[in-house]
Amino acid sequence: MKKTNNIILETSLKALLFFIVLYSVYIFTAGHYYPGGGFIGGLMTAGAIVLLLITYDIKTVQRILPVNYRIITAIGLLLAIGTSASSLLFHVPFLTHRFTHVELPVLGEISLHTATLFDLGVYFVVVGVTMTIIQTIGEDE
Amino acid sequence: MSLLHLVIILPLLFSILMIFFKRVQRVHTGWFVLPLPILLFIYFLSLLPVTSSRETVTEAINWIPSLGINFTAKADGLGLLFALLITGIGALVVFYSIYYLDKAKEKLPSFYVYLLLFMGAMLGVVLSDNLIVMYAFWELTSFSSFLLIGYWYDREASRYGAQKSMLITVFGGLAMLGGIILLYIMTGTFSITEIVGNSDQLYQHSLFIPSMLCILLGAFTKSAQFPFYIWLPDAMEAPTPVSAYLHSATMVKAGIYLVARFTPVFGESGFWFWLVGGVGLITLTWGSVFAVKQTDLKGILAFSTVSQLGLIMSLLGVGSAALHYEALDDNIFLVATSAAIFHLINHATFKGSLFMAVGMIDHETGTRDIRKLGGLMPFMPITFTVSIIGAFSMAGLPPFNGFLSKEMFFTGMVRVTEMDIFNLGTWGILFPVIAWIASVFTFLYSMILIFKTFTGNYQPEKLDKKPHEAPLGMLIPPVILVSLVIIFGFFPNLLSDSLISPAMAAVLPSLIGTGEEFMVHISFWHGINIELFMTLGVVVLGIILYRTLPKWKGVYKKIPERFSLFRFYDRLLESSQSGSYRLTSSYMTGSIHSYLVYIFAFFIFILAATLIGQDAFKLDTVNVSSIGIYEWVLALFVVAGSISILFVKSRMTAIILLGAVGYTVSLFYVLFRAPDLALTQLVIETISVALFLVCFYHLPKLRQYETRIRFKLTNALISVGVGAIVTVIALSAHSNKLFDSISQFYVENTYEKAAGQNMVNVILVDFRGFDTLFEITVLAIASLGIYGMIKLRGNGRKEG
Repeated sequence: MKKTNNIILETSLKALLFFIVLYSVYIFTAGHYYPGGGFIGGLMTAGAIVLLLITYDIKTVQRILPVNYRIITAIGLLLAIGTSASSLLFHVPFLTHRFTHVELPVLGEISLHTATLFDLGVYFVVVGVTMTIIQTIGEDE
Repeated sequence: MSLLHLVIILPLLFSILMIFFKRVQRVHTGWFVLPLPILLFIYFLSLLPVTSSRETVTEAINWIPSLGINFTAKADGLGLLFALLITGIGALVVFYSIYYLDKAKEKLPSFYVYLLLFMGAMLGVVLSDNLIVMYAFWELTSFSSFLLIGYWYDREASRYGAQKSMLITVFGGLAMLGGIILLYIMTGTFSITEIVGNSDQLYQHSLFIPSMLCILLGAFTKSAQFPFYIWLPDAMEAPTPVSAYLHSATMVKAGIYLVARFTPVFGESGFWFWLVGGVGLITLTWGSVFAVKQTDLKGILAFSTVSQLGLIMSLLGVGSAALHYEALDDNIFLVATSAAIFHLINHATFKGSLFMAVGMIDHETGTRDIRKLGGLMPFMPITFTVSIIGAFSMAGLPPFNGFLSKEMFFTGMVRVTEMDIFNLGTWGILFPVIAWIASVFTFLYSMILIFKTFTGNYQPEKLDKKPHEAPLGMLIPPVILVSLVIIFGFFPNLLSDSLISPAMAAVLPSLIGTGEEFMVHISFWHGINIELFMTLGVVVLGIILYRTLPKWKGVYKKIPERFSLFRFYDRLLESSQSGSYRLTSSYMTGSIHSYLVYIFAFFIFILAATLIGQDAFKLDTVNVSSIGIYEWVLALFVVAGSISILFVKSRMTAIILLGAVGYTVSLFYVLFRAPDLALTQLVIETISVALFLVCFYHLPKLRQYETRIRFKLTNALISVGVGAIVTVIALSAHSNKLFDSISQFYVENTYEKAAGQNMVNVILVDFRGFDTLFEITVLAIASLGIYGMIKLRGNGRKEG
C-alpha cells in the first residue's frame, strides 16, 4: 500500500502533542484542588499516545516510546500499594496519608502529600491499561 | 477404650490387616480371619452371666461431647443376643467360605475386608447406645452389604442387585436419621437408655408419630418388609456365604433389632401395634405366597426370609400390646414377644443351614434351578439331611425348634382376639386367620425346596457337573447349625433363661420391677388346644396343595406382571431418571436468552411481591427540586436516543446513538455540577465507542446482514416490567429517606484533614482510597485478560 502523505496531520500533531501532554500533567497535578486527578490525567496521556498511533503506525510509535505498557501497569499498581502499605511502617492504619506544607525558594509555598504518590500509581495504571488494550487490539489481525 | 469398644472396633481394624494377606498365596485368607469371630463369640458368651442377672455392661468414650454424640457401648440382653448371632454365625460363614470360595480364582482379601467391615458394623449397630453412632454403623452395614452383593462385579445382575439394595436401604437409613433427629428434638438426648427412661412424656408430643414413622421406615427397608422387600431377592446374586450371613441371619434382622429396641419408646401407641403387626403380617403372607412361585433355590429362600422376617415383625407388633396389660398378674400376652425372640434365634439357625445347603448344591451341580434338579438324595446324603431338617424346622414340624416357635406364634396370634384394645374386638380375628394361611404356604414352599431337589427324577443331561457330596469342610458349618436346630428343638429351655428372658427384659423393661425376671417356659407339649389343631390343619392342607401343585400353579401366571413391585421399582427408577432429564432439558436450554428471561422475570416477581407485600410504595414530592429547561432538553435527548436504538436497522447507527446517549449523560454531569465525572465520562465514552467500532469491524462476514431487532412479546413485557419496577423502587426509596447523608463530614474535613479542595478526588485517593486500589486492580486484570485472550489464541487453535 502506498504511504499517504499526511504532512498536515504530522505537523499539527507536533504542535498539539506538547499541549495535550502538558494539559494531562496539569490535570493530574491539580487533581487535589481542582477537577482532575490520576484517572482522567492518565486517560489524557493515553489519548496523546493514541493520537501518535493514528498519525504514525504502531511500529514507529513503539520506536519513539520503547515502553512495555504491561510493565507500566505493574509499576502503577506497585506504587499505589507501596504508598498504601508504607503507612504500616509508621504504625498507622493501611492507607493513612500524610501531608505537609513546604516553602520553596522559587515556587513559593506548596503542599506535599503522599496521596499524590498514590494518584501517580493510578495514573500509571490507567496509561498502561488503556495502551495495552488499544495496542493489543490494534496489532491483532 | 474398654474391652467392649475394642470388640466392636476389632473387625474393622482387622480388615485393614487384610492387605498383608494379599502376599500369602498358599494359605486361604479365610484361615487368618476365622479366629476373630470365634474369639469374639467366646467373649460375648462370657458376658452371658452378666446379662442374665439383668445387669448391663456400659462403657462410654467421648467422641463429640459438645453435640451429645459419644460412643457409648452397651451390652444388654437384646444386644448380646444379636452379638452372639453375628459372631457365631459369622464364624461358621467364614469357615464355610474357606471351602466355598476358590483360592486362586477369587479376590479373597477384598471379600474378607467387606465381610469384616460388615461384622464390625453390625456389632456396632446392636451394641451402641448412642443413636448417632448406631446410625453411622447402620449405614456402614448398608455400604458393606452393597460391596458384598456386588462382589462379582463383572456380572450385570450383581451390579443391579447391589444398586437396588443400596438405594432402598439408604433411603430407609436416611428416614431413620430423620427419626433420630426428631427424637433428639423431643428428648434432648441421643442416648437410647435415656430416651427409654423419658418415654412416658413422649406420647403427647406432636412429633411422636412422625419420628415413629421415620424410624419404622428405616426398620422396614432394612428388614425387607412389605413393600420394601424387593431388594432382597435381587441380593441373592451375592456369593452364597454372604446370602447366608447377611440376608438371612444378621443384616435383615437389624430392622427387627431396631423395632425391638424402640418398643419401650413407641410401643404403647396403637399406631405402632397396627403398623408393625400389620406390615409384618402382610409381609409374612405375601412372602410365603410368592416363595411358592420361585424356581431358583435362593429365590425361594429369599422370599422365605422375607416371610419369616414378617412373622417376627408381626410378633413384635403384637407383643407391644402387652404393655397395656400391666395389671395382669400372669400377662398371657407376653408370649408374642418371647416367640419373636425365640423365632429370631431359630430362623438364624435353620435359614443359615438352608443357605449353606443350597450353596453346596450350587457348587456341586452347577445350577440352582429346581426345574433342572431332582433325585439328588443318593448323591448328596448329608446335604439332604441338613436340608430336610432345616426345611422341616422352617415349615414348623416337630421335633425341631421351628415347631416350637410356630406354636408360640399361633398362641400369640390367637390371643390377639382376646385383647380389648385398638378395635381388636372387631378386627382381631384376622390375625390368626392370616397367620394360618401364611403358614400353609410356608409349609408348601418348604416341601418344594426339599422334594423337588432331592427326590424325583435325576436329570443328568441338564447338569453341568456330575453331582457328588460336598467336601467335609463345607459340611461342618451347616451340620453345626442343624444340630442346634435339633438341640433347641428338644431342649428349648436352654435358651429361655440365658438369652430370651434377658432380651425380653430389654424389649419390655417397664413390665418388670428390679430384681424380677420374665419366666419364659417353652413347653414341648402343651396339651390338646387350638394351636395344635391349627398345625394339623397346616400339614394336611399343605400336603394337599403340594400334591395338586401342577394343577393350580398356573394361577401365578394370571397375576399381571405390571402389578409386580419389582416392575414398579424399575419403572420408578426409569421414570425418575427420564423425568428429571426432561425437566432439566426443558429449562436448561443452553440459550442465554432464556436464562436472562428467568433472571429478570424472577427479579420483577420478587421485587413486586415485596413492594406489594410490605406496602412499601410511597410517592413524596416534598424533597423534589424544580426541573429546569436544560434538564428537559437533555432528558429528551437521552430518551430519544435510547428509544431509537431499538428501531434502527444498522449496527453502526446503534453504536453512534449509544455514543450520543453517553455524551448526553456527560452533559447531565456538567449540569449537575460533577466536573470530574463529566471529564471521565467523555473520555471513557469515546474509548468505548471506539472499541465498539473495532468489534463491529471484526464481525464475521457470514452474519453481517443488517436487520432490525425482532419484536417478541415476552422480551417487551419483561423489559418494560424491569424498567417500571426499578422506577417505582427509585421513587419509593427517594420518598422514604430515613436519615441525612453523611456527606457533611467530607465537606467539613476535606481541607482540614486531607489538605485538598477537590472533594471527589480526596474521597477517591484518601478517605476511601481502598476502593480505588482495587478498582485499578480490576483495570489491570481486564487489560491483561484482553492481552491474554488475543495473544494466546494461537495455542487454543492448535489444541482445538
